[in-house]
Amino acid sequence: MTDQSTATEPSGPGGPPPARARFSPRKRQQISRAVQYVILVVAALAVVLFVDWASLAQNFAKPEVAQETLPELFTIALKNTLIYSIGGFVFAFLIGLVLALMRLSSVRPYRWLSLAYIEIFRGLPALLIFLMILFLPLALPGFEVPGGLYGQGILGLTIVGSAYMAETLRAGLQAVPKGQMEAARSLGMSYSRAMISIIIPQAVRIVIPPTTNQFVSLLKDSSLVLFLGVSGEYVELTKFGNDLASTYANATPILVVGVTYLLVTIPLGYLATRLEKRQGKGR
Amino acid sequence: MTPVNHAVEIRDLHKHFGRLEVLRGIDFTVEPGQVVCVIGPSGSGKSTLLRCVNLLEQPTSGKVFVEGVELTHIDVDIDAARRRVGMVFQQFNLFPHMTVLENVTIAQRRVLKRGKAESERIARENLDRVGLSEKADSYPAQLSGGQQQRVAIARALAMSPSLMLFDEPTSALDPELVGDVLTVMRKLAEEGMTMLVVTHEMAFARDVADRVVFMDGGVIVEDGPPDQVIGAPQHERTKSFLRRVLDPTHTDV
Repeated sequence: MTDQSTATEPSGPGGPPPARARFSPRKRQQISRAVQYVILVVAALAVVLFVDWASLAQNFAKPEVAQETLPELFTIALKNTLIYSIGGFVFAFLIGLVLALMRLSSVRPYRWLSLAYIEIFRGLPALLIFLMILFLPLALPGFEVPGGLYGQGILGLTIVGSAYMAETLRAGLQAVPKGQMEAARSLGMSYSRAMISIIIPQAVRIVIPPTTNQFVSLLKDSSLVLFLGVSGEYVELTKFGNDLASTYANATPILVVGVTYLLVTIPLGYLATRLEKRQGKGR
Repeated sequence: MTPVNHAVEIRDLHKHFGRLEVLRGIDFTVEPGQVVCVIGPSGSGKSTLLRCVNLLEQPTSGKVFVEGVELTHIDVDIDAARRRVGMVFQQFNLFPHMTVLENVTIAQRRVLKRGKAESERIARENLDRVGLSEKADSYPAQLSGGQQQRVAIARALAMSPSLMLFDEPTSALDPELVGDVLTVMRKLAEEGMTMLVVTHEMAFARDVADRVVFMDGGVIVEDGPPDQVIGAPQHERTKSFLRRVLDPTHTDV
């Protein structure tokens, strides 16, 4: 910017000769970096000075309250969170695969049905789906979701996850090169045999990184089980934290529960990234 | 009536892609044990013709017989018919999630229902035929293009086909790897395999083929022994194509 004023002579073939600026690019970079550090230090000082640390610690990190969460934090709450989300993930994967295959089917009504399901359940808030499940016995008298509260929670997560999973798997199936199907068919395999032995295994490999991220998002959505009115041995992390926080009138359990989520989600995120990298190299 | 004596018989074959007419009336036969090379400029329909022989491409009209079985019949068991026809692709199309051995055994086991031991024995025999028995446990990505193509040939051979189709098998290979694949194909021809080969390798066509078919614009222009079609072409289109291929630095631009 600063060399604009000095560049007045007619430009040669390679543009105007580089004029001497007031600051060299290196100098400008140094100044810019110094400014950024100053802003950071000022912001940090403001936080340290203006936050009431004692009261914050009292409310969010009280060791006595944190101790009260054990061992149920792991033996009940985390265990249930994992049951809901792994159960939901497994069924979402299977139903998603069926939906993806329907979406690619040569039978038109199958394509429509699958598309309708995907569009509807991808477009609804997860919480709304859990509320619907809550009212399901009213809509269908005598109907009961198998597996009781676990079943209801898993059903909700299955509905939420399967629509996304279907789209991911469809993309995975379509990412397998056309020549793979042709090679399989030319060896005498039927369409379904080629799908099962050749196409689906490759598609699943392709979608492992994105489905790992979907598992993380299901794990977080499992907190919505709260709205099914679970209690006692069925509580998952969020409900557990919320209940204890009310009991002790202290937010520490919520913080503890948050850290517990991160114990699972952060390693999974790293795993997804690593799988993605490995896939980029291999094949 | 049924032409059992031909390995392949094609009658008045037409293929359209939308409004584009790729094949415009092909009549032609391949006799058992014959090696037929199909040559011609790109876009002449030669790959489409080959893909119609095992119905990877559905002809618009016309009939295709393989060993007397009409593949274009609406009630044909196409999977059963394809077992008798091996196909080798330009891009190899090996299954990347399986080892070389699994690539060569999967169809034997799933389609022919051969046992594990038998299918592995046949797989190793065929890998040996293409000179790759030591690569049985490698994955396709660990092999060179020439090795991958030879595995693809072994995979097709393991189904004990009576006819092999080659769709430009050396076109995706680095020049120094072409020879390995052509050598395997020549050996196969000498063993008496019926082969239909779409290729740009004129030396291979001249030395190995019993017949050379020159296609242009969706029709067969010339069909005869290599000495005739490549050595002394009758048609101007054949002559100009061969000039371009055999002497690429002196073509009229």
